Amino acid sequence: MTATGQPAAPHTDERLLRTSPLRKLLGRPELGSVVGAAAVFLFFAIAADSFLQTSSLGTVLYAASTIGIMAVPVALLMIGGEFDLSAGVMVTSSALISSMFSYQMTANVWVGVFVSLLVTLGFGAFNGFMLTRTKLPSFIITLGTFLMLTGLNLGFTKLISGTVSTKTIGDMEGFESARKVFASYLTIGDVELKVTILWWAALVAIATWILIRTRFGNWIFAVGGEADAARAVGVPVIRTRIGLYLGVAFAAWVSGQHLLFSYDVVQSGEGVGNELIYIIAAVIGGCLITGGYGSAIGSAVGAIIFGMTSKGIVYAEWNPDWFKFFLGAMLLLATLLNAWVRKRAEATK
Amino acid sequence: MGAVLAAVLAASLAGCSSTGGKRAEERAAQQAAEGRSAVNTPRWTFAMVTHSGDGDTFWDIVQKGAEQAAAKDNINFLYSHDAEGQQQAELVQTAIDKKVDGLIVSLAKPDSMKAVVAKAVKAGIPVITVNSGSAESKAFGALTHIGQDESIAGEAVGDELDERGRKKVLCVLHEQGNVGHEQRCAGAKKTFGGTMQNLYVDGTNMPDVQASIEAKLDSDRSIDAVVTLGAPFAAAAVKAKQTAGSKAEIDTFDLNASVATGLANESLGFAVDQQPYLQGYEAVDLLWLHRYNQNVLGGGRPVLTGPQIITAEDAEALADYTKRGTR
Repeated sequence: MTATGQPAAPHTDERLLRTSPLRKLLGRPELGSVVGAAAVFLFFAIAADSFLQTSSLGTVLYAASTIGIMAVPVALLMIGGEFDLSAGVMVTSSALISSMFSYQMTANVWVGVFVSLLVTLGFGAFNGFMLTRTKLPSFIITLGTFLMLTGLNLGFTKLISGTVSTKTIGDMEGFESARKVFASYLTIGDVELKVTILWWAALVAIATWILIRTRFGNWIFAVGGEADAARAVGVPVIRTRIGLYLGVAFAAWVSGQHLLFSYDVVQSGEGVGNELIYIIAAVIGGCLITGGYGSAIGSAVGAIIFGMTSKGIVYAEWNPDWFKFFLGAMLLLATLLNAWVRKRAEATK
Repeated sequence: MGAVLAAVLAASLAGCSSTGGKRAEERAAQQAAEGRSAVNTPRWTFAMVTHSGDGDTFWDIVQKGAEQAAAKDNINFLYSHDAEGQQQAELVQTAIDKKVDGLIVSLAKPDSMKAVVAKAVKAGIPVITVNSGSAESKAFGALTHIGQDESIAGEAVGDELDERGRKKVLCVLHEQGNVGHEQRCAGAKKTFGGTMQNLYVDGTNMPDVQASIEAKLDSDRSIDAVVTLGAPFAAAAVKAKQTAGSKAEIDTFDLNASVATGLANESLGFAVDQQPYLQGYEAVDLLWLHRYNQNVLGGGRPVLTGPQIITAEDAEALADYTKRGTR
C-alpha cells in the first residue's frame, strides 16, 4: 500500500491524511473480485434455470468451502511472498495418516486425528524450515515436497493397507463424533449446509483479524513486500514464514479430516493439482503473485467464484470439456480487473 | 462418367482431395439415418456422472453409446465427469439439484459416492451404475449394474493365455489405486497355469511406461507374454518389445483403432473387450424402460457387457467401428 502523491499541506504527515470511505473501499484488494463474483452470479442466474434454486445454493457453497478452507492460508502465504505447491497432496496425506494410524493401532479415531495434526504440521514446518535454511525459492522447495508427498501417499498406503485406498474406519470408536465435527450437515428447508462452510467462515474471520489487527499481520505484509527491509527494522522474517507454512498445514489437516469423515475411505492418489486451484482462488481474490498485497476475504470471494463456475457450468448443462477453458479465462479476467481497480484506487489517492 | 470426370477435375484443380477427409465423413453421416427419436414418450432428462479423467478414450465411447440411445429414446442427456471422488460426488449432487428423471453413475470410488447415491434414491431418482461398482450397486439402491466383472474378465484372460501355451506372463498395471485393475490381474493369475508377475507403471507418462516394460523384458528373457490393462498401453508394450528384442506376445484389455490394426497384422495376440458403447447405450435405454414400463433387467445381478475375447479373425470386421469411435 504505497501512497504516492502530494501531501495535502506542508507540515502535515501524509499518513494522517483522511480518506473518504468510498476511497477506502476502492483501495480494498478484494473489490475487483467482488465485482467479478457479482458478474459470474448474474451470468449463471440467467444462463442456468436450476442455478437459483435454494438446494443449488448449498451445493455451490459446499464446493466453494472445500476450496476456500485451503485458499485462506494460501492467500496469507502469498501475501507473505511465498508459494506452497504441496498444499493439494498434503490434504490427502493428512486424511491417510488419520485413517491408517487409527486402523493399524486400533485406536480411538480421535487419536489418529491428532497424530495426523502433528504430522501434517510437521510437513508445514519442513517446508518453512527448508525455505529459510536453504534460501532456495519456495517454488522449488514445495515442488520437491509435493512430489515426495505424492510418492509417500501411494507408497505408504500400499505398504500398510496392501491396496491403494485405506480400510474403513466407520465402525471404530470416535468416528461418529469426529464426523459431526468435520463432515456433518444441517438441513434448512431443502438447503443442505455442510459444516465445512462454518470452518471456512471461521478461518476467514481469524485470518482477517490476524492481518488487520495483529503484529503478526503487519509482519506478513512486511515480509512479502520487502523481506530485507523488514529484517532491518526487526521483523522476525524466519518465524513469520514458518508460521505461514504451519497455517497452510493446519488448513490441510482440516480439509483432510473432512475428506476422511465424509467418505470413510481415502484414495491415496488424489489431491494432485488442487494446489493450483487454491492459488487461483487467492489470485482471483486480489493477492499479488509478488507478495505484499491481498486479503483473506478476497480468497473467500475467489473460492465462491470458483464454486459458482464449476457448478454453474453443470447447471447450465454445458459440455464439461469447456470447464478448464472458462476457468482460465475467468482467472485472466479477474486478475486484469483487480489490476485495473487497484490502479484507479492508487491514482485517486 | 463425364460428369464424374469433370467433378474430379474441378476438385483437384481447386486443391481438394476427392477421397477421405472431412467430406467423406460428412457424406457417410448423411447417408446414415439421422438420430431421430423412435419413441413418443415425454422428453425426460437423464444425467451421467463418471470417474473419467479429461480426454479419456474409453469414456468417450461410453458417452457415444449413451448419446445414441438418448437420441432414440427422446432423452435430454447430460454428461459430466471428474476423476476425484469428492468432485464426482458433488457433480451427482448437482444432478439431484436439477431433479433429473434418471441417473447413471460409475462407482470406481464407492465410498465417496455412497451418501450421494443414497440421496438420489431417496429423492426418487432411478439410479443405474455402470462400469465399476458391481459389488456395491445393489446395496446402494441402484436398479441394475451394467459392466464387466473384472475378476471374470481376468479369468478369461488366464484361460486364453493357457490355450496359447504361454508360460511366463507380465501383467502391467497403469493406475495406482484402481481396484478393478488389481482384480483383473488376480483373476488372470487364478486360471493361468504358468507364472504371472505384476508390474506397476505410471499411466500418465507413456515414455515411462515403455521404459519400465522394456527394462523388465530386458532383465527377464523368459517372459513370453505381456498383458496391458488399457488399449493405449498395448502400443507402448509393442515398442518396448521391439527395443528389447523380446519374443513376448502382447495382449491387452480394451480396444481402440490401433489395437484393431495391431490384431489384424498380428503384432498383438488378443484383446479383451468390455464393449464400452454397450455400457452407455444400455444404461440410458434401461432407464428409459424403467420410466416407461417399470422394467428392470438383470434379475438383481449385474448385466455383463464382457469379457469378449477378440483375435485376428474378428479384428477385420471391427476396424471400421473402432475408427468411428464406437468400439
